[in-house]
Amino acid sequence: MLTKRIIPCLDIKNGRTVKGVNFVDLRDAGDPVELAKQYALKGADELVFLDISATLEGRKTRIEMVLKVAEQVNIPFTVGGGISSIADVDVLLQSGADKVSINSSAVKRPELINELANKFGSQCVVVAIDAKNINGNWMVHLAGGTIPTELNLFDWAKEVEQRGAGEILFTSMDNDGTKDGFANEALAKLSEELNIPIIASGGAGTIQHFIDTFKIGKSDAALAASVFHFGEIPILDLKEALKKENIPVRL
Amino acid sequence: MKLVIINYGAGNIKSIQFAFKRLGVDAVLSNNTEEIKAADKVIFPGVGEAKSAMLMLKSTGLDTLIPNLTQPVLGICLGMQLMCKSSEEGNTKGLGIFNVDVKRFSNQVKVPQMGWNTISELKSPLFKGIKEDEFMYLVHSFYAESCNEQIATTNYELHYASALQKDNFYGVQFHPEKSSVAGEQILKNFLEL
Repeated sequence: MLTKRIIPCLDIKNGRTVKGVNFVDLRDAGDPVELAKQYALKGADELVFLDISATLEGRKTRIEMVLKVAEQVNIPFTVGGGISSIADVDVLLQSGADKVSINSSAVKRPELINELANKFGSQCVVVAIDAKNINGNWMVHLAGGTIPTELNLFDWAKEVEQRGAGEILFTSMDNDGTKDGFANEALAKLSEELNIPIIASGGAGTIQHFIDTFKIGKSDAALAASVFHFGEIPILDLKEALKKENIPVRL
Repeated sequence: MKLVIINYGAGNIKSIQFAFKRLGVDAVLSNNTEEIKAADKVIFPGVGEAKSAMLMLKSTGLDTLIPNLTQPVLGICLGMQLMCKSSEEGNTKGLGIFNVDVKRFSNQVKVPQMGWNTISELKSPLFKGIKEDEFMYLVHSFYAESCNEQIATTNYELHYASALQKDNFYGVQFHPEKSSVAGEQILKNFLEL
């Protein structure tokens, strides 16, 4: 049976992890490669690197990081952040990334999704969507939730699927950082209306939140950062708990 | 040990090359007929779309070379699918090494299947030391039907062949290079065939 995936997300700037990481057995908590190796050993199913480097130098560092991760880590990983062209994607995939995640660039030029899916296959195209619930309407936002758009989450998600995305990473800006649980109602609706996998993001605080997002939110995967980085929820404990709830996991 | 990964422009070959490097073997990327023929072991990778991948094989003559290879050959993901008789993807005629058709999952399930699923009914030296129901990483929208040449099966919507073998030809739908320690064991087993 296909299992539900647990995905730690690493925020990267200029080749270093930026948000605090508190891993006891790490020699260098700022080294994304070291951290990725630890996560692979500790039961993570996949990894996401969100690279916020904006400079050219930062972009070069990113390629070096991707090469090192691909060299040393034996589970799949996605790279996101500022990707806006076929050339950007080509170099990342050539360097060993399994998937890329696009966000603002897809909203600005939706044809990019078709182009990437046709050239590289849907399986490596993840479209990340950030949305906020405004008076009962889930509206898509850009730039980490700071810029509102006219797009409705569900309309945009359907368009993204039709254009060839292989997967959607949905972050609820209302839940992100709250540790109050995932946006399960919207997640369940996405899963019901779409036929591609949905990754839940934003709001993880407890093991129960993961149970809820798989059972109530019908998510295919759950992504989180701080609860994993600070060891608040060890991935193996989380998976044991999910298994007890009859949620299929890789253990 | 001379290991060649067939480089015909399809897919994430870097990950496969790195996985063998972790096992201490330097794999050569090549689309050169003589170099491929002379290899001890051949990897036939592939990610992407069947029809265009098949066209790339034809343009370099690899479509006639591959079925005539005599050393162990391992097709991975789309590579395995192209070794089959045909694929529903773009109504593509395959290399016909495995006597089985490749079909698309229906919309009863999410497509692509993406993530970790189990492999069962294992029967091949390729799976030496691998336990029944071991987890492998898969990402695919098309599958080979259950058949006589299957050496592993997986369930997603239905029971399908997730690995195939005929003579010196092996094919796996999953990505051993991305399937943690167990995946690396399968690559190691292939090297030892």
